[in-house]
Amino acid sequence: MTFLYFAWVRERIGYGREVHALPDGIETLGALLDWLALRSTGHEDALKDRAKLRFAINQTYAFAESPVGDKDEIAIFPPVTGG
Amino acid sequence: MAIVRVQSAPFDPTAEIHALSGEKDDTGGLVTFQGLVRATDKSRRIESLTLEHYPGMTEHVLQNIADTAESRFSLHRCLVIHRYGRMLPGETIVLVATASAHRKAAFDGACYIMDRLKTDVPFWKFEESNDGRGHWVEAKLSDSKAAERWQT
Repeated sequence: MTFLYFAWVRERIGYGREVHALPDGIETLGALLDWLALRSTGHEDALKDRAKLRFAINQTYAFAESPVGDKDEIAIFPPVTGG
Repeated sequence: MAIVRVQSAPFDPTAEIHALSGEKDDTGGLVTFQGLVRATDKSRRIESLTLEHYPGMTEHVLQNIADTAESRFSLHRCLVIHRYGRMLPGETIVLVATASAHRKAAFDGACYIMDRLKTDVPFWKFEESNDGRGHWVEAKLSDSKAAERWQT
């Protein structure tokens, strides 16, 4: 699965894209984020306040209980500020 | 379908608006909104504004919002152009133009598009001030509230 990071999420993690196999036993976005937060201090810092983040799976907004699959594109970003 | 473009290149809002006019005989109202890069924000002078986006998701979320507006407000024409990349004070970030038989639909359609764009379309603004500092602009609660009023 592909992980994409934007804005300050990308800055805190240190890069904007990474690829991992879906870890065993993980079925929801919430569980996936818990796993992701352990990967580095940058990941932990970026993910520490989930209320300040928004998520998309395959370019559709998603939530903690959304199911995740091995071929998914997961995006993590701050609330949007376009316009 | 609404005409929606997400691009880094600057554009001429006047030319784009002109191209929309005269599409249908019974178009009685044309509303346009331009979002601009401010030169100052409170006491800060702004050097530049850079918009990051999510290629793929940005386009289809914006297209969906514009198409919904076209249908919901019976718009004759709907155009949204939104730039990404680095921009300077005075430049146009976004143009929304809506055309309808009467003014209420055109005004409501343009408002709807802007309110939903502000809360749903993946863009993130990075503002550089002339003191060399930069920061990511934060989303505003007032924008979420504005989007809520369109929920049926």
